[in-house]
Amino acid sequence: MGILPQIIFAIALFIGLGYFANNVRKLRRNIKLGQDVDTSDDKPQRWKNMAKIALGQSKMVVRPIAGFLHIIVYVGFVIINIEVLEIIIDGLIGTHRIFSGAGEIYDILIGTFELLAFAVLVSVVVFWIRRNVIKLKRFMSSEMKGWPKSDGNIILYFEVVLMCLFLTMNGADLQLQLNGAEGYHTAGSFPISQWLLPIFDGLSNATLIIIERAAWWMHILGILAFLNYLYFSKHLHILLAFPNTFYGNLKPKGQFSNLEAVTTEVMMMMDPNADPFAAAPEGTEDEVPAKFGASDVQDLSWVNLLNAYTCTECGRCTSECPANQTGKKLSPRKIMMDTRDRLVEVGKNIDANKGVFNDDGKQLLGDYITNEELWACTSCNACVEACPVSIDPLNIIMQMRQYLVMEQSAAPMELNNMMTNIENNGAPWPYNQMDRLNWKDEN
Amino acid sequence: MSELLKVPTMAEFMAAGKQPEVLFWVGCAGSFDDRAKKITKAFVKLLNKANVEFTVLGTEESCTGDPAKRAGNEFLFQMQAVTNIEVMNAYEVKKIVTSCPHCFNTIKNEYPGLGGNYEVMHHTQFLKTLLADNRLTIEGGKFKGKRITFHDPCYLGRANNVYEAPRDLIRKLDAELVEMKSCKSRGLCCGAGGAQMFKDAEPGNKEVNVERTEQAIEVKPQIIAAGCPFCNTMMTDGVKNKEKEGDIEVMDIAELIANAQDL
Repeated sequence: MGILPQIIFAIALFIGLGYFANNVRKLRRNIKLGQDVDTSDDKPQRWKNMAKIALGQSKMVVRPIAGFLHIIVYVGFVIINIEVLEIIIDGLIGTHRIFSGAGEIYDILIGTFELLAFAVLVSVVVFWIRRNVIKLKRFMSSEMKGWPKSDGNIILYFEVVLMCLFLTMNGADLQLQLNGAEGYHTAGSFPISQWLLPIFDGLSNATLIIIERAAWWMHILGILAFLNYLYFSKHLHILLAFPNTFYGNLKPKGQFSNLEAVTTEVMMMMDPNADPFAAAPEGTEDEVPAKFGASDVQDLSWVNLLNAYTCTECGRCTSECPANQTGKKLSPRKIMMDTRDRLVEVGKNIDANKGVFNDDGKQLLGDYITNEELWACTSCNACVEACPVSIDPLNIIMQMRQYLVMEQSAAPMELNNMMTNIENNGAPWPYNQMDRLNWKDEN
Repeated sequence: MSELLKVPTMAEFMAAGKQPEVLFWVGCAGSFDDRAKKITKAFVKLLNKANVEFTVLGTEESCTGDPAKRAGNEFLFQMQAVTNIEVMNAYEVKKIVTSCPHCFNTIKNEYPGLGGNYEVMHHTQFLKTLLADNRLTIEGGKFKGKRITFHDPCYLGRANNVYEAPRDLIRKLDAELVEMKSCKSRGLCCGAGGAQMFKDAEPGNKEVNVERTEQAIEVKPQIIAAGCPFCNTMMTDGVKNKEKEGDIEVMDIAELIANAQDL
């Protein structure tokens, strides 16, 4: 065999990581299609949020069952990756269990990996049952049909297969160690895979080696495949939850930012010395006037777009949404999924047109998100509060309402009446401003 | 009774060369809505009782712009905001109290960026400070031992993390405070926010205020306490919809405290 497996391994690793890196580059480019926003404030608080919310899973446990199971899978995923490091080193330099020199520590490590792998298996099975047998309401919404449903299950199957391969590899290895097979020195402790020994007992060393090697190869190739699956899947949250919680909103949830372009105009109107016929400042004559609000992904901020890629479609937002709970079309999760789908579409368009977006006659508003959904929002922030990774669907809804009202004058009639009242008499109802203090003398 | 209300305006104070301790921002609902006006008066009675030197803007007050902003009309919002800020800055307003969480949120969070920097308090927070300073006492009175549930206004709770001030006041009434299944940061909206108050709801299978009222009825309260004039309207309508108006009253915290002392 010689060095051939090492070469094949290096090539597989190169292709796997290279393809992933290429997709990460596209991901960054797509996110950067969004408008710039300043996120340079209060770095310490941002790090703290990331540590608490992403690393510490603080918002996951608001729902104890899902939260607990998720922590198992998450901790399992992070810790078992130490094993992947060993596999990569072994694969590249042709060693077997290179870390086993650590002796007792290695035994503890492998033992821990096995226990975690088993716990992950159990959790993933429960997750599958929640989706497919119990059919929890939030996994059954209309936006979860088709690909999103398959995506959720594929991720679970991936994890089951990877954990089974890991345990099979260890079990076969243990049997080979017990048989005293050449190259399989005694290393590691196997609290779970030892239960597989009855299956391997009686098999020849040659067969066992084939099983062990096959499991080893399929395990690492499976991990590389899973890594590359992320870009196409809602599962991207395992990476993006970290930057997303870092760049999450730090202001009070009720504070909606004031549009600067509008402030400039309002201040000009209020300034008695302003010259309405003045020429535009030097160098700005050709600038296209800023668009108010958002009708497509490029109008949103890059944080909104990062939010969209981070969403793992858990649906906690939608299950807390008062509009959704009372049967309206609005689903904050769908807002995020639509934003991502449109962004991916725009990204593919750019890829197909040598780096330039070619107008496809479509946009986020209308082709993905309808006015009816946008107008059903009560701006109550329940979706924002519910998100375990600091996604803000409300911010997107508000920007799209701004577009509808300020660019298209397309508000529902009753809202137009309300706004006319505010303009004319300073209250949303048709009462005279001069009557504002009448209550004082009424009985 | 009403002739006993002392409601000086900012203009009167200015003319007398005085600065008030606090400006009471009444808000559109508090000024014009028949139900909300009762809340306004109850709060004024408490301010009078505690001898708080407050003023109102009266006819110089105008909508904060909240419903316009939430409806997407940033232009109208900023026009309203800048006008109000100009008035308040001319009066050198420092501290504002309001019984409307929407006004509270807008003035507190969205006015500073447009030049309006004030200390802003919700009336439940302000009443708590009056209590702490022994300027006001709370008696249980007729609410002693009553089952009261508090409906969190979104723009006070989730929007600004104020959950305890209203609850502390209810406890002071020696009432039995019971929580709905979704409360505090997970409280369900009454359905009025985001300018929904001024339009019909989109097609669905239920009104949001009915859903929320059902959650309240589940804990069998005698009183649903509110801290927002819009929530008050929505919950009152919800109680009527469930034909429970004989059993359940919807009252603002200021009304509870004022009524307990027969003010």
